[in-house]
Amino acid sequence: MGRVTRRQFLRSTGAAVASVALGDRLVDWAFAQEAPVTVGAVYPLTGALARIGAAIRNAIELAVDIVNNPYPDLNLPLARTAGLPRLGGRRLRVVWGDTRGDPATGRAEADRLVEREGAVALIGSYQSAVTATASLAAEARGIPFLNPESSSPRLTERGFKWFFRTGPHDITFTRIMFDMVEDLKRRGARISRVAILAEDSEFGATAAGIAKGFAQSRGYTVTAMELYTSPPSSLTAELLRIRASNPDFVIGANYLVDAVLITRTLKEMRWFPQGFMVHAGFTTVPDYLNAVGRDGYYFLARAPWALGIARRKPLVARVNELYRRKHGADMDEVAARAFTGMLTLADAINRAGSTAPAAIQKALRETNIPGAQLIMPWKGIQFDEKGQNRHATGVMVQILDGEYKVVWPFDVAEAELVWPAPPWDRR
Amino acid sequence: MTELVWQAAVSGVVLGLVYALVALGLSLIWGVMDVVNLAHAEYLMLAMYATYWLWALGRVDPALAVPVVVPVFFGLGWLTYQALVRRIVRAPLAAQIFATFGLLFILRYGAFAAFGPNVYGVWRPGEGTVLVLGVPVAASKVTAGLVSLAAFGLLAAFLRYTKTGKALQAAAQNREVALALGIPVDRMYALSWGLGIATAALAGVFLIPFYQVSPTIGDAFLLLAFASVVLGGFGRVDGALVGGLCIGLLENLLGTLVSPTFKFLFVFAAFVAMLLVRPQGLLGDVGR
Repeated sequence: MGRVTRRQFLRSTGAAVASVALGDRLVDWAFAQEAPVTVGAVYPLTGALARIGAAIRNAIELAVDIVNNPYPDLNLPLARTAGLPRLGGRRLRVVWGDTRGDPATGRAEADRLVEREGAVALIGSYQSAVTATASLAAEARGIPFLNPESSSPRLTERGFKWFFRTGPHDITFTRIMFDMVEDLKRRGARISRVAILAEDSEFGATAAGIAKGFAQSRGYTVTAMELYTSPPSSLTAELLRIRASNPDFVIGANYLVDAVLITRTLKEMRWFPQGFMVHAGFTTVPDYLNAVGRDGYYFLARAPWALGIARRKPLVARVNELYRRKHGADMDEVAARAFTGMLTLADAINRAGSTAPAAIQKALRETNIPGAQLIMPWKGIQFDEKGQNRHATGVMVQILDGEYKVVWPFDVAEAELVWPAPPWDRR
Repeated sequence: MTELVWQAAVSGVVLGLVYALVALGLSLIWGVMDVVNLAHAEYLMLAMYATYWLWALGRVDPALAVPVVVPVFFGLGWLTYQALVRRIVRAPLAAQIFATFGLLFILRYGAFAAFGPNVYGVWRPGEGTVLVLGVPVAASKVTAGLVSLAAFGLLAAFLRYTKTGKALQAAAQNREVALALGIPVDRMYALSWGLGIATAALAGVFLIPFYQVSPTIGDAFLLLAFASVVLGGFGRVDGALVGGLCIGLLENLLGTLVSPTFKFLFVFAAFVAMLLVRPQGLLGDVGR
């Protein structure tokens, strides 16, 4: 930054004159147009997960808008200022890579965003299997990779130096389920037997293994553990076997298509356990209830977030309002996680005061965002040595009267947990 | 234990009838003209969408959608033959595979483009279960099973007792001789495509009350339909029925008793064993 060229001089003076006439924002704008800081976002924008990709995109764009423009009344990182203050108010720009839900494409897109688009950090990629490969590209190049929403615990067990995850993983999620059951037992419920029903790829098989481990270490009997390939043509054999094993509750890790079939098969068999808890995105998608109607009631799901916590956190309602004004729908939990991830990354880039990857990596390690500045029900964001946010946790929601209600932890619940679920003939 | 076995067997039979209905059209087309239609399950998927949209937009009950959806898909099958399959009837096997595989992609991603990746299902509040030999089975599944039996019966009667049906069989048995006898083989082929796709649509209409639809849903059924045809026997329409029933029973019985995780291992082990021991299938004739 030595010599001032004539062009820079003219631009600065021009901007100064303009600022007198039109106010400060234009200066910021003039500088900001010069060199935005580029972050690459690697997500499934087309293909089977396009719908989720679109929600994530909306959330990330809202986060970037909050960083780039002043929102003086929002208590979020970088909301009050315009752009990144420690980088001279430079704006944030997101370039998108489409994984199409495919691990190999995800990695290629991550490479492309760094190489051709000049991304200084990456965010992505929703599915654990794709996050695994896309973050490999970042690790190989020494570029920070922030993952807001993949839940496979293995991702932070790889010894990566450039990988950070803000959201909870399946171990945390499973702990939430068992903690809730412990609370129920303290209230007098008799629960000791659990069955597991999961799809057999990375997501389901990993979640099933963790559930089994938790159950055994906490003294529950695992009565059955059944894996199937999605999409299934039938789940009758699986559910007959589970029913015959007589569990008190069932833990599921299933995709939306599977969930519809599970619900219908349970109804056909006229059987429902005391509780059916799922690890799944399907609880967030309105398609599920559209397809199964009232038959979908009483399912429980772990969620890192639910709009219902807005009662306790007014900030959530405010951000959701902005989101809805922009995109015409309420935020869902994936959107909330992606939003939080993007703000965390922006916060680190700002504190780094530089776009050098190593500086951003160092700033990420030093991240300390208090819970009050988050739309999540967490104590805050601080990464452990593996890059996992040590405060990431979640809530349990139950489908009651066609809505997803937070029912646990009991002290933040917005509705009373229904346990045991009523049998089919009394619904 | 016996109750569990009984329950698995009864639901296996009902499931098998559904698989058989899906496989019926595949078997017909395969048998008549020796073309393997890899896009078969995509027509099933499209028919499920059609029935779903009739229900969602027009409040048409799925059962009442039959007179609309099935004829439309008959036409679609006919059209597919005229536009694509006619050109590959006598082409090498590889060309046939590429053509129908390409068709699969066009239909599947066409559905993605048109309907998005969302999952749709028909939900009827009054949907009940009925007792079949003491086992509760969804009423819609029982209906689908009965429709499957009726479709097999009607098709068999058509092939055996009508002039057109006999002509269709002649075209299947020997193209040249049939031509020499004045049978319009080309039209017979088109007819078999029309009928084959129409039965796939029939399966779709009766699947949608208990099975959800998304663009990739064909994957759940295509391999099982192939296995049904091969297991039951090439070149015989009732082979698909026997094959479908075998698969439904194997899947449910061994899945429930041994391990659901390996249920398709059992099914495809039986499939491979059949290819080794009796390649013509359970009902197939040697040297067809």
